[in-house]
Amino acid sequence: MTSDITRASAAELADALSRKDISAVEATQAHLDRIAAVDGAVHAFLHVDTDGALAAAKDIDQRRAAGEDLHVLAGVPIAVKDVMATKGLPTTAGSKILEGWVPPYDATLVSKLKAAGMPILGKTNMDEFAMGSSTEHSAYGPSRNPWDLERIPGGSGGGSSAAVAAFEAPLAIGTDTGGSIRQPAAVTGTVGTKPTYGGVSRYGLIALASSLDQAGPCTRTVLDAALLHSVIGGHDPMDSTSIDAPVPPVLEAARRADVKGMRIGVVKELGGEGYQAGVRQRFEESVQLLVDAGAEVVEVSCPHFEYALAAYYLILPSEASSNLAKFDAMRYGLRVLPEGVDDPSAEQVMAATREAGFGDEVKRRIILGTYALSSGYYDAYYGQAQKVRTLISRDFAAAFEKVDVLVSPTAPTTAFKIGEKLEDPMAMYLNDIATIPANLAGVPGMSLPSGLAPEDGLPTGIQILAPATKDERLYGVGAALEGMLSDRWGGHLLAQAPDLADLTSAIAKEARA
Amino acid sequence: MTTTTAAEKVLDYAEALASFDPVMGLEVHVELNTATKMFCGCATEFGAEPNSQVCPVCLGLPGALPVVNDKAVESAIRIGLALNCEIAEWCRFARKNYFYPDMPKNFQTSQYDEPIAFNGYLDVELEDGTTYRVEIERAHMEEDTGKSLHVGGATGRIHGADYSLVDYNRAGIPLIEIVTKPLVGAGERAPEVARAYVATLRDLLRALHVSDVRMEQGSLRCDANVSLRPRAEDQQAVPFGTRTETKNVNSLRSVERAVRYEITRQAAILTGGGSITQETRHWHEDTGVTTSGRVKSDAEDYRYFPEPDLVPVAPTRELVEDLRGTLPEPPAQRRRRLQGDWGFSDLEMRDVVNAGAVELIEETVEAGASPAGARKWWTGELARRANAEGRDVADFGVTPAHIAELDGLVTSGRLNDSMARQVLEGVIAGEGAPTEVADARGLQIVSDDGALGAAVDTVIEANPDLAAKIRDGKVQAAGALIGQVMKEMKGQADAAKVRTLILEKLGVS
Ligand SMILES: [Zn+2]
Repeated sequence: MTSDITRASAAELADALSRKDISAVEATQAHLDRIAAVDGAVHAFLHVDTDGALAAAKDIDQRRAAGEDLHVLAGVPIAVKDVMATKGLPTTAGSKILEGWVPPYDATLVSKLKAAGMPILGKTNMDEFAMGSSTEHSAYGPSRNPWDLERIPGGSGGGSSAAVAAFEAPLAIGTDTGGSIRQPAAVTGTVGTKPTYGGVSRYGLIALASSLDQAGPCTRTVLDAALLHSVIGGHDPMDSTSIDAPVPPVLEAARRADVKGMRIGVVKELGGEGYQAGVRQRFEESVQLLVDAGAEVVEVSCPHFEYALAAYYLILPSEASSNLAKFDAMRYGLRVLPEGVDDPSAEQVMAATREAGFGDEVKRRIILGTYALSSGYYDAYYGQAQKVRTLISRDFAAAFEKVDVLVSPTAPTTAFKIGEKLEDPMAMYLNDIATIPANLAGVPGMSLPSGLAPEDGLPTGIQILAPATKDERLYGVGAALEGMLSDRWGGHLLAQAPDLADLTSAIAKEARA
Repeated sequence: MTTTTAAEKVLDYAEALASFDPVMGLEVHVELNTATKMFCGCATEFGAEPNSQVCPVCLGLPGALPVVNDKAVESAIRIGLALNCEIAEWCRFARKNYFYPDMPKNFQTSQYDEPIAFNGYLDVELEDGTTYRVEIERAHMEEDTGKSLHVGGATGRIHGADYSLVDYNRAGIPLIEIVTKPLVGAGERAPEVARAYVATLRDLLRALHVSDVRMEQGSLRCDANVSLRPRAEDQQAVPFGTRTETKNVNSLRSVERAVRYEITRQAAILTGGGSITQETRHWHEDTGVTTSGRVKSDAEDYRYFPEPDLVPVAPTRELVEDLRGTLPEPPAQRRRRLQGDWGFSDLEMRDVVNAGAVELIEETVEAGASPAGARKWWTGELARRANAEGRDVADFGVTPAHIAELDGLVTSGRLNDSMARQVLEGVIAGEGAPTEVADARGLQIVSDDGALGAAVDTVIEANPDLAAKIRDGKVQAAGALIGQVMKEMKGQADAAKVRTLILEKLGVS
């Protein structure tokens, strides 16, 4: 086991830990070693907490030795997107404006990970304040896709998915506002789940767009996602939008892995024009496997999805412009004094700090949102967008009258090259076109690998969507499909990814020279 | 900029009223006295160490989320009901976006187009016994901001200060903002109406036990909007004039004075052919004038939108009816009833109300005191002392039970007035309940014939002239001797008994 600790899934690791085949310290150290070896190339992490992770692992080993009844994932290490507040650990949301900020409190989700005894390896890279679809908008430099280091790992949570894909962490936490868990999962060959809105507490999640944000698991297998979902899900009195109901039976569904008799809807509006041929091909093959396994597949239409992107790019910047107003140099984070001003006013300090601390994409969206909310434009923009949102929810409701789940390709293309779309925000925004409707309606979604696109050999993803609070359906269908695909591939898709160890040493050599 | 801007030209009040009809709008902010803040569990105690009552939520730290305080919502509903308002079945909070160093999130969580209570009224009794009905537009919930302290510089304002400190203890304290509809037809009584409205509202809120309503501590603050329209045959047909908003007026007297000043100031400008600038103004208690603050431009845009971090507030009709059942008797009605029960004159009752002592007296009477005794202590000695020390009567630690006990000691003849005052001194100093203090200090009217007789003899002997006068029938001269006996007995003698003894010993009884 020891030799491929980092190749093991979280479930396998949990088994080995409970059988005491390995210790939590060994498991954690193996991942820290892997990070040390490959993260120079991947740049999945913004901050690695070696001491904290090992201390937590040691504590778990002692408690296990003392015969304590531990959580099933106790001792399984995890990486957390840098948008979640972690007490005593730097948290920047990928922005210069929060450089050096160490929160005095833990996000509820982080408290739950700690309570389960999961060592936190560190904080993962992301687009600044989760604005982006490529992790190129991180103020600390882009993350790279382990399948091809010249390509993006998706965004905004590219760091979390890249860490999982590069075997730096068996599990990671992501957040999904318009697809930031599912889209990186698709382009890195991993599994990403956005639970039902309110299914996982947002307390401690640095808000991008409050009504859209949802934290969830980034993993290599559907079962691992279910395990992690069970840890982080559930009601939180600190978040008034959190659902006051038990976590859906996701683990049971993942173990059952059955689609017999299920009605599966293929969304007509997602998968046509603008979708790469190889992406469509792998998607169709996956749908065929579901049919073979006894599911009934029908095409369903969601006519208002075509307005989803437009509505999303009004609602998100509007909420973001307000959420980001707190970054004003008054209490924490960056403070920049304006140049050439002797006795600056508070407003001048705020302005200078925000000018220096925010990147272009963040500024672009703050300006958009400020405009969309301003009086005289509110009804035409924000108000209209909210109406579209209602129509999209109705599309979902009508579709789920007919089918149990909906499916589509997760992202229209495989990973593009770093820098390729940086100058074209619209092209970048289109990456989330299939994932956005779920955020607008608050329904859960999952992406899992559907294969490699024949034309470029890069991972493609299939998205599964379920009605709100019926998250277990994602796991049932996902696990069934994953089983069939793994049989076809002869194991996990990531086994076909390049071995980064060689590349890393080459890069390291280059850096040293 | 200085704080003592010279007063602008004003018009004589009577002249102003002859030419113009004032229209007012009053906005009162009330800090609720809930144990915790509007959106988090932090304490709300006044005067605590700066930034000792804060958490990630009320500091607006990244990631923190608000959760509505149900107790604050209940208080808001009770206020709405007491103001005869309709209570919303479903309403939301909104974000009011603007940058301000005191405000942790740079937006204030407030209610914009969906207030919890709306369309009400409050009847206000004026000095002449007539009633003015103040129509209430809305009462909505919001959170307070923090407080800046500018250090250095002469004025205590940000301009010229060396640095500024911000205390966020107040940030997030629940506020209810009560907004009137335009108050018209008050004529020359407009300033009195403003004062009477705020006073009536304060009494009502006090009776509801929802706020400390201490204007001097800012837990009740009034913004007064004033505009003038020229007198005309058909006053209703004349549109409202441009208004000014005088912010944070913090005493009843100031409310009246500020409105009156604005009427005369605006009248002077309008009769001089000028026009009124729409702006906020500051009231200066010391000079009795308002000065220009921020000019309100049309560009001011708070970019309101529904607060996505909070679920809507949807009070059930059962809850609303339950809360209606908790409303107290309206203060005016209750005052009339208690005045009858206690037998107070109108003047006495007004003193009691002004001293905020209605409830204290009620409880003291319930504890066994005579109404007159209760009134004497609460509105006399204690109110005087509180006034002089700038404190609140409640801060002395004197309870209605203490006063009832003290009153009993006087009526039973154990203490006289001056001794009772000494006992009260001891109670305030924390020496215990009145009887304990009297015992410990050895305070007790001496009515023992032996001791009194000896003192009387000494005094008669020392004042042969006075004694002779009394023997001759000039009984009123006994007063001087009584005073001397009291002195001899260190004030602890029973004065009536002393008088009897003197007259007896001088053979004139
Ligand atoms: Zn707080």
